[in-house]
Parts: sequence; C-alpha cells; structure tokens
Amino acid sequence: MTAFDLLDTQRQVPAALVIGGGIAGIQAALDIADAGFQVYLVERSPSIGGRMSQLDKTFPTLDCSACILTPKMVDAGRHPNIQLLTYSEVTQVSGEAGRFHVQIKKKPRYVDVDKCSGCGLCAEACRLSGRVTSDFNAGMAKRAAIYVPFPQAVPLVYTVDPEACVFLTRGVCGKTFKCKDACTADAVNFDQKEEMLEVDVATIITATGFDVFDPTRRPELGYGQYPQVITTLEFERLASASGPTAGRISLNGNLPKKVVFIQCVGSRDANIGVPYCSRVCCMAVAKQAHLAHDRLPGAEITVFYIDIRAFGKGFEEFYDRVRAEGVLYRRGNPSEIIRRGDRLLVRAEDILLGENVEVEADLVVLAVGIGPRQDAESVAQMLHLTQDVDGFFQEDHPKMRIVESGVPGIYLAGCCQGPKDIPDTVSHAKAAASAAMILLARTEKEMVPAHAAD
Amino acid sequence: MAFIPRVGVYVCHCGINIAATVDVKAVTAFASRLPGVVVSRDYTYMCSDPGQSLIKNDIRDLNLNRVVVASCSPRMHEPTFRAAVADGGLNPYCFEMANIREQCSWVHTSGAPTTQKAMQLVASAVAKATLLQPLEQRQVPTTPAALVIGGGIAGMQSALDIAEAGFQVTLVERSPQLGGHVGHLHRTFPTLEVTDDLIRPVIESVTHHPRIRVMTESEVAGVGGYVGNFLVGVRHGQETVEVPVGAIVVATGFEIFDARRKPELGYGAYPEVITTADFERLAASGEIRVNGREPKKVVFIHCVGSRDQAIGNAYCSRICCMVAAKQASLVRERLPQADVTVFFMDVRAFGKNFEEFYDDVRKSGVVYRRGNPSEIIRRGDRVVVRAEDTLLGEPVEAEADLVVLAVGMQPRADTGAVASLLKLSRSSDGFFMEAHPKLRPVDTAMAGIFLAGTCQGPKDIPETISQARAAASAAMIPLMRGQVTIEAATSFVDEELCSGCGQCASICTFAALSLHPTRGVMTVNAVLCQGCGACATACPSGAINVKHFTFDQVMAQIEVLSDFEVPSIPVPATVETAQA
Amino acid sequence: MLQIESRSFAREHELFACVQCGKCTAGCPMALKTKLNPRQLIQRLLVAGNGFDLEGREELWDCTTCATCSTRCPKKVNPMEMIIGLRGAFVEKGRVHPNVKTALESTFRQGNPLTMPRDQRGAWASDLSLKPMAEGTEYLYYVGCTPSYDPRVQKVARSLVTILQKAGVDFGIMGNQENCCGSEVRRLGEAGLFEMMSEENTETFKGLGVNKMFTTSPHCFNAYRNDYPKNGMQVQHYTQILAGLVEGRKLEFSGRLEKSITYHDPCYLGKHNGVFDEPRAVLAAIPGAKLIEMDRSRTKSLCCEGGGGRMWLEGTNPGLRLAQLRVKEALETGAEVLATACPFCLQTLDEAVKHLNAEDKLQVMDVAELVAQAL
Repeated sequence: MTAFDLLDTQRQVPAALVIGGGIAGIQAALDIADAGFQVYLVERSPSIGGRMSQLDKTFPTLDCSACILTPKMVDAGRHPNIQLLTYSEVTQVSGEAGRFHVQIKKKPRYVDVDKCSGCGLCAEACRLSGRVTSDFNAGMAKRAAIYVPFPQAVPLVYTVDPEACVFLTRGVCGKTFKCKDACTADAVNFDQKEEMLEVDVATIITATGFDVFDPTRRPELGYGQYPQVITTLEFERLASASGPTAGRISLNGNLPKKVVFIQCVGSRDANIGVPYCSRVCCMAVAKQAHLAHDRLPGAEITVFYIDIRAFGKGFEEFYDRVRAEGVLYRRGNPSEIIRRGDRLLVRAEDILLGENVEVEADLVVLAVGIGPRQDAESVAQMLHLTQDVDGFFQEDHPKMRIVESGVPGIYLAGCCQGPKDIPDTVSHAKAAASAAMILLARTEKEMVPAHAAD
Repeated sequence: MAFIPRVGVYVCHCGINIAATVDVKAVTAFASRLPGVVVSRDYTYMCSDPGQSLIKNDIRDLNLNRVVVASCSPRMHEPTFRAAVADGGLNPYCFEMANIREQCSWVHTSGAPTTQKAMQLVASAVAKATLLQPLEQRQVPTTPAALVIGGGIAGMQSALDIAEAGFQVTLVERSPQLGGHVGHLHRTFPTLEVTDDLIRPVIESVTHHPRIRVMTESEVAGVGGYVGNFLVGVRHGQETVEVPVGAIVVATGFEIFDARRKPELGYGAYPEVITTADFERLAASGEIRVNGREPKKVVFIHCVGSRDQAIGNAYCSRICCMVAAKQASLVRERLPQADVTVFFMDVRAFGKNFEEFYDDVRKSGVVYRRGNPSEIIRRGDRVVVRAEDTLLGEPVEAEADLVVLAVGMQPRADTGAVASLLKLSRSSDGFFMEAHPKLRPVDTAMAGIFLAGTCQGPKDIPETISQARAAASAAMIPLMRGQVTIEAATSFVDEELCSGCGQCASICTFAALSLHPTRGVMTVNAVLCQGCGACATACPSGAINVKHFTFDQVMAQIEVLSDFEVPSIPVPATVETAQA
Repeated sequence: MLQIESRSFAREHELFACVQCGKCTAGCPMALKTKLNPRQLIQRLLVAGNGFDLEGREELWDCTTCATCSTRCPKKVNPMEMIIGLRGAFVEKGRVHPNVKTALESTFRQGNPLTMPRDQRGAWASDLSLKPMAEGTEYLYYVGCTPSYDPRVQKVARSLVTILQKAGVDFGIMGNQENCCGSEVRRLGEAGLFEMMSEENTETFKGLGVNKMFTTSPHCFNAYRNDYPKNGMQVQHYTQILAGLVEGRKLEFSGRLEKSITYHDPCYLGKHNGVFDEPRAVLAAIPGAKLIEMDRSRTKSLCCEGGGGRMWLEGTNPGLRLAQLRVKEALETGAEVLATACPFCLQTLDEAVKHLNAEDKLQVMDVAELVAQAL
C-alpha cells in the first residue's frame, strides 16, 4: 500500500483520541488530522485553549499568547478530521492498542450549541452576573452563572455552571429564567441531559496538563493573609487584556510602585515534598518582570532567586535584556513576608552581598511550581498509567522514550508528563502524534486488507 | 463588465495591543469613507471565531468581493483570514492585510500621528485590494519518501519514525558511522546509564530497517524542487545519486566549542586542563589519570564558550550544568579520595530528575562554588584556578591537578553552507532558525524542510528525540496526505514585452525561470517559483510581475501613501464596535 | 585556634545538600541583630576542606535554636543542629562563658541550671496537697526547673494545678525527685551530659510507671518528645491537655475575663512541634476574652531570645533585644494582655515590658494563668 492510495476518501480511517484541549492536545490533534486520520479531541472545560489561553505574553519573544494560540484553536475547531468534544470527559477506556473502546460523557451545557451565537446577552441578564468566581481568571474576577471562559473561546458557546446556577442548585430561578428570556436565539435549554458517546480508537494521547502549587503550604509567605501577595498565574490574569483589570497591573485600583518576585515557591523544596524544578518559572518571572517594568513606569522591580534557569533558545539573551532594563536580580530565597505598619516587607538574605535585607513591596508575586493535576490519579487509573514519584505520568524511559507511557498505544503529551514550556510542549505533542500516526498507519493497513492486494 | 469593488474593512483591536495605542474607532470611521468600501467594522479579536464570522457574514449578506483586515502581521494571521474568506465563499487571494500592529501600534506611542499612520496603512491596503485578482491554488502529488540529513540520534530517530509509518527514508551521514555525538558519550545524566546500551539498539534498528537506506560517507550536494517533490543530489565518493523525496529533515548536529578560544584557561597549554568531551573519553577508557597519576583535586568550570558575549556566544548551551554534575559524580565514584569542586554561575538543573540528581551530587561530597573563574595559572606541578567565591564574597585560588572545562555547543562550521544549500535562515545565535520559536519549533521558512536536534539549538537527548519525532510527524503529514498545495502568488511573464534576455533567470535562486525552447520568451515554473519578486525587479522591460504584487497594485499603494491627506482627529465615531 | 575536622562534620550534618539559597539566614531572628549567617557558615565549612577554625566565631552563641532555618530549608539541611554541633566543639575544649559553665555544673549537681538546691524543688507545691507520681496515676505533670524555682513562673504551675484539679484530671508530680530535662544542656552543646541525663531520667520515669506526661514548658515537652530515645511515653504540652478539656466540655468557667488578648507562639511549641491551634482554642474558650492576632503569628512568630541557652547568655548584641521588638508588636495590636505558654517567653517578654515602661498598657500572662482567673 502506497501513500497514493490514501487519497481514496472512501476508505475507512482509524481514529485517535486526544484527552485534553490545551496546546499539547491541540497540536497533537492537528498533526494527526492533517495526516488524514480522524481525531476525537476531548476537553472537559467549555473551551479548548488550556493554560496558554490564560497567559498574557509568552517568553522570550513576548508574543501575545492569545494571538499565537487562537489560530491553532480555530484550526482545530474547523478541521474536517477533528471532532471537538468540549465540556466532555472520558469516563472509561478498555481494549488495547489498535482497538481501544472509549466511553465519553458529554456534560449538559443547558445551551444548544447549534443555536448559540455567543452574543452574551444571557450572561448580562443572569441573576448572578458579577457574582460567580471565575476559575479562568484564577479567582480574581467574577462572572455570571452562564458564561464563556474567555472571549476567544472555541467553541464560542455559552455554558451554564451547574455549581453556581440557582436553578440547577436550588430548583428555582425567581419567577422566570433571565437567561432564557434574554436569548434571542432560543438557545437556552434546561432540559438538556448528559449524553454518553462510545467510540473506537486505535490510539490515545493523554494531554491533561497541570495544576499549580498552592502557596498556602508555605504560610510564612503570607499568601491568603496579605492581599498584595499573589501568584504568577494571578499576575498573568492581571496583565491580560481579557483579565479582570484589562491588562492594567493594579491591585484595588492602585498601581504598585515596588514589585517583588519570588522564585521557587513550591519547587526545589524537598521539605514540603516538591523537590523537583518546575522548569518554566525563571523565564515566566523574567517575562512578568519585563511586563511590570513596561506597564508600571518608575516602579522598582526585584527578583529573588536561587539559580536562574534561562536555558532555552533566546532565554539567556532575554534574561540579559530584562536586567539591562533595570530589573534588579538578587540572589537569596526569602524566608518570610511580614507587615510593619502598612508596609509589606520581604525578608531575604542578599547572598551576593552577604547581608540580610528587608525589601518593601506593594506587590509580591510568588512563582508557584507546576504540579500534576488534582485528579491525575484517577486519570492514571482509568488508563492504567503509572505515576512517577512526583505524581506526573511516568514515561517509558526517561531518556529514550518520553512520549510512550508504558501502556502500548497510549502516549503522553505536554505537562502531564512533567513541567515544560510552550516550545518543548509543542515538540513533545508532535512527537506523541508521530508515535500515534505510526500506529494509525498500521491500523489502517489492517482495516483494509483488500487494498494491500491491489 | 467593469469590476466594481465592494470592500469590507475590519479593524482589529487585538485586545489592547492595538487599541491602546491606535484610535481604532477613528480608523474604522475613516476607512468607511474610502473609495470602494461598503462596510467598515472594528472588533476586539478579528482572528477569533466571532471575528471571522463577521467577515463571512458580510461576504454573504453584503456581497463583498474584496476584504481588508487591519490587524497584526500577515506572518501571523494571513492564513487564518484567507481561510475565513474562503469559507465565506470568496477567493482567498481577494484578501489583503494592513499591519497596524507590528508596523504601527507596537512601535509607536499613543497619539494622533500613530492613528494617522494606521489610517494610511489601511488606505493603502484598500487601494491594493481593489486591484487584487482571484488566484487558484494547485495541488500536486507528493513523493512518498523522505531524506534525513545527519545520522546522529536526531536523524536516526526521525528516520525510524518516518520509516515505521510506511515510507522510504534515505539517511545521509558524512562520517563513516552512525551515532553522532551521543555515540561518544560514556554515561548520560541523570540515570548514569551506559550510553552505548541506549544508542546501540537505535543504530541496529536503523541499519536493519527495510525502508531505511543508510548512506554513510555521503553528503548532500544539491537540493532542487519544492515540498512534496524535492530532488536531492547525494554525493558518495566520486558519484552523485539523485534521490526524489517529499520531505527533508535536517539533523546535522553541533560542534563543540573550541576551548583554545579562551587562552586564559590554558587549554592546549596545560595537560591538566581538559574539556568535558575529553573527560568523557577518559572516563570511558577506564582510568582517570593525568600526568600519569590519579588526580587528587579536580575542578570543573561551567559556561566555557557559553553565556559569553566576549567571544560572541551570548546563549546558554543548556546541557553543560548537567554534564558537569554527571562527570563530577563519576569522579566521586571512581576517585573517592579526590576533592571535587564545581565553579558555576547558575546551576541549570531544570529537567525531569535533574534537581534530584544535583542534590545527590552535592550530597556525595562535591562542593559547588559560585564564581566564573577568570584564569588558570601554573604553580609547580599543579595548576591554580583563580575565581571569586561570590557566596563568600572573597577571591579564591583553587589548586587542581585536573581541570575540566564544560565547553558549550556551537553551530557547526558549515552551517552557513548548509543554510545556503537548503535556503534556511539562521537565528542570532547561529543555529538554524525555526519558523516560530513558540508554536513551530520544527518547521523552517521552507515548506517541506524540517529541523531536528541540536542543529536548531542546544538540547539534551530526550529533548532531541522529542524534536526529532516532532519533525518526523511534520514530515509525515504531506507524505500521508499524498499531496501538497502550491502557493499561488508566483511570478508571470507578459510574453509581448519579454525579449528573452534571461536577466531574470540569472537572478532567480530557485531556478524557476527558463527560456522557452521555441517562443523566445521566458517562462515561469509556477511550482518552483517562491514569489520572491527578484525577477520582476531585474527585468529591464517590465515584462515580469508577481501575482498578488503586481506593479499596478504596488504603485497604487505607494500613490495612496504619498498623496495621503491627513484627516483631522478626532473623527466622529459613527460606527459601533461590532457584536459577534 | 579552635580547629574542627570540617569534612567529617559536614558529612555528619549533611551540609553538602545545601544549595546556598539563603533562606536560613533570611529568616534567622538573630541575623536581625548579629553577624550570625548560617548560610555563609555552611559554605565556609564546605570549602574549608578538612580543617576549619572556629576561633572568634562568638556569633555561634547568639543562636536561640528557634528552628526557623531548619523548618524552612528546602533541601532539608538542619543549620540549627549544625550550630549546636559547632558549640559542642567549644564545650569540649572548655571554652564556654562562665554563666554557661555555672549553669551546666549546677544542672549536673543540683538537677537544675538555676543553682538552686535540689531539695527545694518541690517546695512550690508544699501547700497544695498534690499526689506524688506513682504507678497507676494517669499523667505525670512534669513541672520543670523554672516553674519550680522562679517565683513568677511558680504562679503558672499553681494556676495549672488549680485548673487540673477542678477538671478532675488524674495527675501526679515528682517533687524533689524531678530532675532537669536537659533541653538547654543539649542546646548549649554539652551532648555528653545530655546523654547521661536522658538515660537517668528515662530510668526514673520507667520506675514510676509513667505512660503519659505533660509539661509546663515547651522546651521540656520538645526534649521528651523528640530528643529522648523512643520509650513509648506519650508526651504533651499542658495547652494540649487543656484544649482536650475544652473540647470535652470538662472546663466550667464561673467568671469572665473581659480582656483583649494577643497570643505569642513560643518557638518550641509552634515552630518545633506544630502546636498552634490548641493554645488558641483554650484562650477562645475563656468567656469574655477577645483574641487579636499579631502579624507575626504562628510560623512567623518572632523568637523572644530565651531558647538555645540564651537565658544564660547576653549574646553579641545585647543592646537590641528581640523581646522588646515583640512587645512593641503586641502593643501595636492594642491588646491588653500578651499571652504565652512558655516560661522563657514569659520571663523575657515580662522583662521587656518593664524595660519599655509599658506595664500599665500590657500584661504578660501565661495561658494557664488566664484560664485560672476565669474559672
């Protein structure tokens, strides 16, 4: 069978399942679909995009994250070979490489996806408009009970949050459904039910992503105690045009004048059970320090670090640039943050000076580490994957086979296997796609034995 | 029938990327009054689904026949909007972009002149749009085979994947054997496995694969053709074979920094000073001896030839921190009596299990001292490393009977030649440049040619394998699909004006122009032509034009820009921001 | 010259694990006022090869062993234990401050570091008809040296027994038989004496059939719980016992205490042993009591400079006292009472209040005293 035979569109094509619609899942799905195979891309939140959609700019190019991500999201959404299943979850997997049988639960949005145009009138009208905490905005903004996570969502279709909606939680929404009334397309439908879908696939790619370290586990840093102490993820939302402050890096309306970044919060910390390095935070902080410098003219910006891991292409040069702009790098891992009067003080040793310092800050950004998802264990169980000592999915061999999972036919893509930045994630996802495509090509041959005889 | 342009103009806010600096509403209102424009809208993110829907709906409802989007660089979203326009039923070449971001909002400060510039750019794009012609893209079949240049771990892995997917692969390696640099490693971090055990099976698989043809002691002499249909000349000894392939993977690897370029470190002058590459061989030989004795004081130095603007290598070589840690741990293991010190600036132990390995190395008794040594001098039968211990804030002289320099990776000396051969670009660090540093790490500007491994930048073994497989995936796509789409914006010859002088052919780097055998005029091979426009400039008769960039179209743009009348600002905004 | 074998010392204390991040020095309360720099000390030891001179390093005696460094170190290095080990080198050579020498000798001879006679140890309770500890009694109330002998702190012990008796807790005391726990001895670097004491005390407890005990002082609590060899005894601090009584509703308050209280976490209760909530629960249970938290609470509590043998050492910068800083922090909250649960904290904070002439604004009281007032 030659490649020319693949042009025959009557042929049966094997399919791949990609679990997770972040950049890893999107990239893997696009590659496989471009090669002519069928892909089911399952994403449990209402839109694909993942963590990258929460970022403002990406290092070291300072590309606008949404700008480089949305074309890929749109491509995935309109690709004839990709069946996008958002707001859905994989519930069961059985079988083996070449013939997995997968059960997928399509959660009810209570909105008809074919009718919804994404206009947003429902959200404006919702009784809980402005009262529901937005996870996408890292808890820093509010939305309605009917929502899209962000303006460039794919698909751009509203979803009712079953944990917030008064009707769904309490059985009644005043006299009338405000959302239904406001909708001019008759798209709101509270009769929608959960649907189960069963598909057969030849291969599975796990691209389920990561969660960040909870800094309350280091209480001496004051997260949760002082409102001026935030995480890098929260900073990213503040800096984003689609975020709670439309890109203005302000807290309670005030622009900070003294910003302190602290590296390695929840990484390189054997004491609290996270001894590994999270790989991206040195560069993420350099990028955020640059943004802070750019948008807060005259602000003093300090970064406290242990080592600066600027290892990738253009990274060292970017680190050089950020220092040249005037961001002050001080070696020393701060021990605690205290309040004195109305000032917040970061206490560290400036190791290179050999003296203790107390640096005043009106904004402290904690570079929180990358960790496995909260539910990584249940995903591992469902797919019979092994987790490594840190909870990430274990690769088959740490040097030679980092997309293979140890379960034949199931591949790993992106941060679910370990912390990575965007280019390494894209490479990893494409590598997983390559492995998947080999299996898909083989499966296809088996599916049409008649062709081989031609 | 005269063509009446019906142009739709869409001005993107790009969140605040454009809107914070350019008065997008004023630009939209201005555009609505340009000749040929029937609708002018602004929207927050034109590239998003609802943004694209605006275009599609207007094409349908308002019978638009030309579309202009004023937003970011075409390099970013031209394909996106072309696809949207095509979805809307219009030929994708009836679309023009005005770059009011990279060329306007991102390089100027907020104010009237910036908004006026954006207006100029939009007016110029509209002028061109009214002169655009629909063009057809063609499909051509692909050759179901690939060529991989370089037989190191990257090349081998790419070759294996493509071959396993069912395609024929030719693997070209200039040295007599496969394995590349990895073949010379003794152990790898952080597992400390015997490297040979890891690479040998790969070499075996490649050598015995039914669909991989390995050509060692061979070099690529020339590349012709285009994606899906390359013709590569591979020279082996005296003869050259022509290999037809659909995709090419470049995996030519790296070179080790020559430590003699840092004479103050004494490499080449003192036998006690060696590189990490030398150490690897020393360790593999079974005995670590210097000057006939086992060293008692071993010093490692990071960042030799990296992070060093003084010698023109500003970049980080990524792997050396771990290589030094690995070798330091080998010294501890094999010479338990020796003192081992590592001088560093930062310890970049970022990968999986790297930090834990670094912890183990320190716990084994290796002392890490922060400081980049300035020089090495001789003292008796030892050498002395002079550095500042910045953690103690004092200068130190560390005696050593073995100093290991962690030399960096650099682009191969022939990178420039290979780049010319394949029409590849290079990044500022000298390595091959990928099409986009975030989202397209294996593509190049040349369709069908992909990068794998350290030729694109320093990386370790798992990252190399990952990227090699990524390149394989990218290469497999046109091969599996069986066809590729050819760019339509190519040059064309007006045969009435052409004198057949051949100046265009002599300047064409893609060999796309040739003299017609009978008609005495030049003809363009539309498949080879990349639409660069050099021929159009060279032609003394003005007989060549590039489709989509014709003389008339470009002149229309220039005229608009030079005759531009600055409108008064603010312009009353009569247009509302579109709701999707 | 005071040489130590730095290589074996570094091995023993796992100093090689150190990544020189600086968190220890950054959080060290003594680095606020002295030259003590645990991080730099570690680096010096590592690079010294095999021979490090401790001569002139008086700042080693400034350490209060508060454990902030060790609890926060991301590489699980224990700089506090390293400093105690280095003190040991001084002690071996007899190079200790006269105060320390006196305290150590007194402990050896009289069973307490306060140079008080052994046969006066039980005198504080002579009018209280308390049961002597014996087999079958549920708890041993281990009183400790300072509560036994110091008049101010005796009030704490007396308050505590009042509460326990009223709640019907079955406990006994050791009276003159009680011997110093050795906590400060160990922290001063006298490992040999400590080992001897711990063996003796363990034997004594066994002989008395002690299964469960609670202490007045967090230092004794920590020593018996963590430093002594595992002997199956359940060791608690008295605030934990009281918290249990509160939860089991065994404490009946007949009165009210209309006071605003701010609680100072003792290092040995909080940072060392994670006991933060129980004392607060006890205080919250007092009718009328209003609790205000200082900014430096729980794991950020500011050490009073009483631990690590500092009750006998002025340190290299006696002019600036952390206890005074702490009192100022308490005053800022506006609280009327500064509560604590440690005899050393009680003494140093009390002295600081007097030094700042703030006695009319702030009263330093132990948790037991406050509870007893409202009973």
